Amino acid sequence: MNLAIETAPLLSNEQRKRARNVGFSLIFLALISAFFFSGRPGDAGFKLVDSFTLVLPSQPFARALAVLLGALGAVQLYRGFGKWTNVVLAISTGAFVVGFLAWATSGGSFNLTGMLQDTVTRSVPITLGAIAGILCERSGIINIAIEGQLLGGAFAGAVVGSLYGPWAGVLGAIVMGVALSALLAVFAIRFRVDQVIVGFAINFFSLGLTSFLSQRVLTEHPEYNIVKPFTPYAIPLLSDIPVIGVALFTQTYFVYISVIAVVLTTWFMYRTRWGLRTRAIGEYPQAAGTLGVDVIRLRYRNVWIAGAVAGLGGAWWPIGTVGRFDQNITSGRGFIALAAVIFGRWHPVGALTAALVFGLAEAIQLKMSNLDTGIPSEFLLMAPYIVTLIVVAGFVGRSRAPKAAGQAYDASK
Amino acid sequence: MKLELRGITKRFPGVVANDNVNLSLNTGEVLSLIGENGAGKSTLMSVLYGMYKPDEGQIVIDGTELVFTSPADAIAAGIGMVHQHFMLVPVFTVAENVVLGVEPTGTLGKLNIDEARRMVREISDKYNLDLDPDAVIEDLPVGVQQRVEIVKVLLRDAKVVVFDEPTAVLTPSEIIEFFEIVKTLVSAGRGVVFITHKLKEALNIADRIAVLRRGKVVGEVDPKTATESHIAEMMVGRPVQLTVEKNSAEAGDVVLKVTDLTVLDADGRTHVEKVSFEVHAGEIVGIAGVQGNGQTELVEALTGLRKATSGVIALDGKDLTHSNPRERHQMGMAHIPEDRQRQGLVGGLSVAENLVLTRYHDDQFSHGVIVEWDAADAMAETLIGEYDIRTPNKETGVGTLSGGNQQKVIVARELSRDLRLTIAAQPTRGVDVGSIEYIHSRIVKERDAGTAVLIVSTELEEVMALSDRLLVMYRGKVVAELDPKKVTPMEVGLYMAGSRPDSAVTA
Repeated sequence: MNLAIETAPLLSNEQRKRARNVGFSLIFLALISAFFFSGRPGDAGFKLVDSFTLVLPSQPFARALAVLLGALGAVQLYRGFGKWTNVVLAISTGAFVVGFLAWATSGGSFNLTGMLQDTVTRSVPITLGAIAGILCERSGIINIAIEGQLLGGAFAGAVVGSLYGPWAGVLGAIVMGVALSALLAVFAIRFRVDQVIVGFAINFFSLGLTSFLSQRVLTEHPEYNIVKPFTPYAIPLLSDIPVIGVALFTQTYFVYISVIAVVLTTWFMYRTRWGLRTRAIGEYPQAAGTLGVDVIRLRYRNVWIAGAVAGLGGAWWPIGTVGRFDQNITSGRGFIALAAVIFGRWHPVGALTAALVFGLAEAIQLKMSNLDTGIPSEFLLMAPYIVTLIVVAGFVGRSRAPKAAGQAYDASK
Repeated sequence: MKLELRGITKRFPGVVANDNVNLSLNTGEVLSLIGENGAGKSTLMSVLYGMYKPDEGQIVIDGTELVFTSPADAIAAGIGMVHQHFMLVPVFTVAENVVLGVEPTGTLGKLNIDEARRMVREISDKYNLDLDPDAVIEDLPVGVQQRVEIVKVLLRDAKVVVFDEPTAVLTPSEIIEFFEIVKTLVSAGRGVVFITHKLKEALNIADRIAVLRRGKVVGEVDPKTATESHIAEMMVGRPVQLTVEKNSAEAGDVVLKVTDLTVLDADGRTHVEKVSFEVHAGEIVGIAGVQGNGQTELVEALTGLRKATSGVIALDGKDLTHSNPRERHQMGMAHIPEDRQRQGLVGGLSVAENLVLTRYHDDQFSHGVIVEWDAADAMAETLIGEYDIRTPNKETGVGTLSGGNQQKVIVARELSRDLRLTIAAQPTRGVDVGSIEYIHSRIVKERDAGTAVLIVSTELEEVMALSDRLLVMYRGKVVAELDPKKVTPMEVGLYMAGSRPDSAVTA
């Protein structure tokens, strides 16, 4: 490092503010570790495989963590980590989560591998919802309706799946997702209605319709609401790897499909004609339009594809997990997916990463309610999201949305 | 190829943008289409490019009538257009922008980006355009961006290339390069339509000049015989004064003192870097520079619309670096902003409401929380008369007025009080020749009354004509202080492009 000859880069007021906030966040986490996590003596056992349990003495660990976070925070406030800020923040937050788990588990043990498996499982609808969001926003349409599309997909998946089997259910969910997105497309593209308002209308429409039908029809005809869900499929060889094998390769088809969806979306978005045109109409549709690209048609098509992906994500609830539909079963995952779009900077791989963070938050919250931590369960519901908020506030400083997102296209301008 | 527009009429609610327009163009010649803003030049070209459907008239190519329903049809017919606002995706590379719409692809629509690069290089070499296919558009200077637009058009093998106000964003030396490119295009057998409102340039490059006024072609002139004042009269419909009349300045005390001003944006990019200068009472200081070299941010920092990252701004010796816009306003600072629709006016409000926007809280116009509309209306009536604002009445929505009259509303509001400092950014952008004349005379009058005046304009001729002292900004820095009477536009242009001519006369 030749720091001596580097001149300190000039920072704008906003950058300084953000750097300071990151510093204070780290100190805040350090204080929690020092005064809260170190309050429970005992060892925490993290079960990795049946034959091996990792043991962390929770009090010394919390103290060490507090010193580390405090030091990092002080360095950040004093001179900043510059381009390493996000890396430092990610590692610190990860360590903090481990500290939290060590505190909560102290004196007991829990199945860490199982929690990781749960993390991956629960990230599925968020990943697919986020891909639906990316497909829309990259072509200039803000998709607030992901929640409604997931919910509609879940309902259709349950009913069709009960009647004709799970694969038919998946197809039904996709059709429902496309139908709801067609509604968004017509209003946002054809009639140029404010996209956020249309999106919200679709969410309420979807919630109202599925709740009504589930009360009126499904309660009277429970035979329409029993799906045989997919069982985990262990990929030969890969699933034998310790820890990772269970977490990643012993999953339902949904996990594999969503990974494929991430790979395909990335490849198509950045390597093909379709992707180039899609990104162009999301950034500057007039540029594409004046070159003879049919902006309107491409936007329609992308919103439909997005609907299909979101519908598929909705099918996860009845066909990937519980085997039935309940009122508002998605409970806001569509909005979390929207956060994952932004957190992931409109990139499919970024969105997958974000979805895993949110999935981890859900999995931790579930585990904690089984452990005796003395924290009210309401707070447990919030805690993972609070941590996530801190991370998002730190990470998403400079992400840039597609410029034309939310703007109706008018060929004559 | 021969392109003809026959009897084109295009109506919008309330206006006839093009009224029975007839034009023709052969390949191998340059036709200049000249007219004021709002004369219908851009509408006509949008019709030609398939973006508007004409209400009457035909587009005829080599004797065949063609109907364009989209730009794709126009491109197929051999028409290419370089728009005034470049149609380039800022985050894409040169190659990606050029091939958009005609991408070379393999299986599953996989982009063949190597082929795209090769195509860009081939055309770039053939026409000597010197483009890097992998450069990202937003990192490129506008002159280079324009060449990317030209490559786009050439790749689609356009026989007729339309340039809409192509020189508005270029430095004098870039304009010369641009004219060279136009000549190459013409000698390669292509036709060029050159839309402009700059008389000199039309006279310089065109084979024929067609003058448009209020949607009609009012005449065609031969650049070999026509004079500037003759064409200007055809554009406006009456004789106009093309030069600014002013006496020499009598500079007084320092009014504005800027010391080491630095402005960064939210992303940490430097827009203004350690800029220092003074403006004295009774003088006009001009800031020249190519658009995007920090002038916008400098003005925003001076007027309080943007925070200064470091440095000091003082008015009459008082530090107002951290004052808000209203405080600065009350200290006698007037601001004519560069973007009148976004920063100067509230389009949905009436002329009277806009005129009182900066003063509704004064005792004269308010009584506690109640606005005294009678007083405001009376003032509006006076100002409309005094500043010659052409509006049906004071209740008319300001957004419905012409650009020149909107600008006069701002000038009236800002200059009609006791001032210490007037900051005018692009004061005549998109304003008709008649109003330009008027606004310039108002600014000079303000100077003669002892106000310090700072003019920022990308129109080099305008700043040189108005200023008593001239500063040149390049990449956020003031790179030269010149006496506008002693330098040529060419020399100033070199400073604007970042080079330092050693023989230049400095003030």
